[in-house]
Amino acid sequence: MKEFDIIEHTADIGIKAYGANLKEAFANAAYAMFSLIAGLENVRESVRRQITVEAEDREGLLVSWLNELLYIFDVERTIFKRFEVTELGETSLKAEGYGELLDQSRHTLKGALKAATYHMLKIEENNEYSVRVIFDA
Amino acid sequence: MARWDGPLNKIDDYRWEIPKNYKPGMRVPGLIYADEKMLEGIRQEQAAEQVANVAFLPGIVGYSLAMPDIHWGYGFPIGGVAATRVEDGVVSPGGVGYDINCGVRLLRTDLHEAEVRAKLERLLTELFVNVPSGVGSTGKIKVGKKEMDDILTGGARWAVRRGYGTEEDLEATEEGGCLKGANPDKVSLKAKERGSPQSGTLGAGNHFLEVEVVEEIFEPDIARSMGIEDIGQVLLLIHTGSRGLGHQVCDDYVRLLRQASQKYNISLPDQELACAPVKSPEGQDYLAGMACAANYAWANRQCIAHWARECFVKVFGKPLPEIGLQMVYDVAHNIAKIESYEVNGKKASLCVHRKGATRAFPPGHPDVPARYKKIGQPVLIPGDMGRRSYLAVGTETAIKESFGSVCHGAGRVKSRHAARRSLTDADVARELASRGILAKAASRGSLSEEASEAYKDIDAVVDVCHKAGLCRKVVKARPIGVVKG
Repeated sequence: MKEFDIIEHTADIGIKAYGANLKEAFANAAYAMFSLIAGLENVRESVRRQITVEAEDREGLLVSWLNELLYIFDVERTIFKRFEVTELGETSLKAEGYGELLDQSRHTLKGALKAATYHMLKIEENNEYSVRVIFDA
Repeated sequence: MARWDGPLNKIDDYRWEIPKNYKPGMRVPGLIYADEKMLEGIRQEQAAEQVANVAFLPGIVGYSLAMPDIHWGYGFPIGGVAATRVEDGVVSPGGVGYDINCGVRLLRTDLHEAEVRAKLERLLTELFVNVPSGVGSTGKIKVGKKEMDDILTGGARWAVRRGYGTEEDLEATEEGGCLKGANPDKVSLKAKERGSPQSGTLGAGNHFLEVEVVEEIFEPDIARSMGIEDIGQVLLLIHTGSRGLGHQVCDDYVRLLRQASQKYNISLPDQELACAPVKSPEGQDYLAGMACAANYAWANRQCIAHWARECFVKVFGKPLPEIGLQMVYDVAHNIAKIESYEVNGKKASLCVHRKGATRAFPPGHPDVPARYKKIGQPVLIPGDMGRRSYLAVGTETAIKESFGSVCHGAGRVKSRHAARRSLTDADVARELASRGILAKAASRGSLSEEASEAYKDIDAVVDVCHKAGLCRKVVKARPIGVVKG
């Protein structure tokens, strides 16, 4: 199954991520985000990080999930390449991220993403499981 | 992206109105500054719809405005200006954006093109090494919690106290480099954690350091009072913002104000316009947090300017006074400010959101520094790295029409992704080199994303502002060396 598509946006960039269920779509959205930031082929899975996020609703949860990962990237300097969303409720999410500490000598950095936004945000769970997010790039 | 087919009624050659009845819920009409040739480009995306959406904000006065560099953003369009009444209007973090106080700083030198060209490669390498840049770049300044609070309240003043620059730099910075009302308690620990390792870094994306030469002087007397007299004179332009700290502040408050919008029964066409009454606790907290991020950005540009000066001294082997590098000005182009305007014949306190727009105050305005009182506030409008940048001054028309605002750059026409697909970094570097522009980038794809063809023509954008009377062109400069994040 395809993990994600890129959505063209003039100033910024968006993604539509898919999954067999919503947890997988959330995980693939995070994967899509990191593949915009860096080439993930050289990233090893030496770090395993628990991530818990809470928000007022599902949409808030999606944005907070992605922005939490950008925060971890900035502060802990971890590039993630794989995610398992273990719990996804209406207002809380639990996940594990796998990746590696940023190593400029081996990792290829592509672009900065400032934040996931609420603009055009869409969570689809009827015909297919997908999520759409526009980032401020 | 769907084409936008809404009404754009011609007011004159440079002003196009979206009538208030276009969409139920608009409180004021929209106004886009553009020439006829730009309209088709504007219709290619949904930016004009965003101008109409911004007109929903409670307390908005005059028009929901967009400058000719308008393009599709999230919530607000880029190039958007919206002023809301402090008394009964709202403040919206989306009207400032995630890169709070992204802005530009211009320094002038006494060097000439030939002298700099001879050492350009070395200069760029030196800048590249001494100004940390790129995705995830971390800085040379280590700050603890107490000092972080000093940055957030002191802005560029903190940097000057630390020995990075002079009092004269502060005089030539919007707000003196320190926005009042900053309260570090209103900035989350997360935001501070992100900001701490990134103090004094350029970052990535469209941020840059650019070595430029003066190509044309439109107003010699005004230019002279800014220290610019000769064609070929070298300038330095710095473009960056508040890095991860600002992004986190915006994210924190968009989240909070999404809830506040519900609490105060504000109905909005886009969640990214989330807002709260200016006078509400949520609105006040955002403004106090935003001021902190704005100050962080001014400290950032101040530190970078200081290191850039050190690089010039090292490469040219002369003391700083012989090189120059005095500040012309520093402007914020993503910010919300409480400013005073005349509305319907009465003085009113307004919250002016500038999202990709530059403040442009006229001669005599109390917020214009003494040295520029006679000429008006310098306005810095960078184009793309392959073309030109402009230096202009603010006007009375801007005060009357656009809440003292003008455009902030060229404005994108091509998405970053499309630009990456159609061009390689090497292609862009070669093409720039063929026109005498040396470019270095920290991140892969950053040159192709920022190629000239991804942007509108800066000459046309600035001409609209000039002819509409929002600013007066003073100097046009072209890049010779670029360091991209």
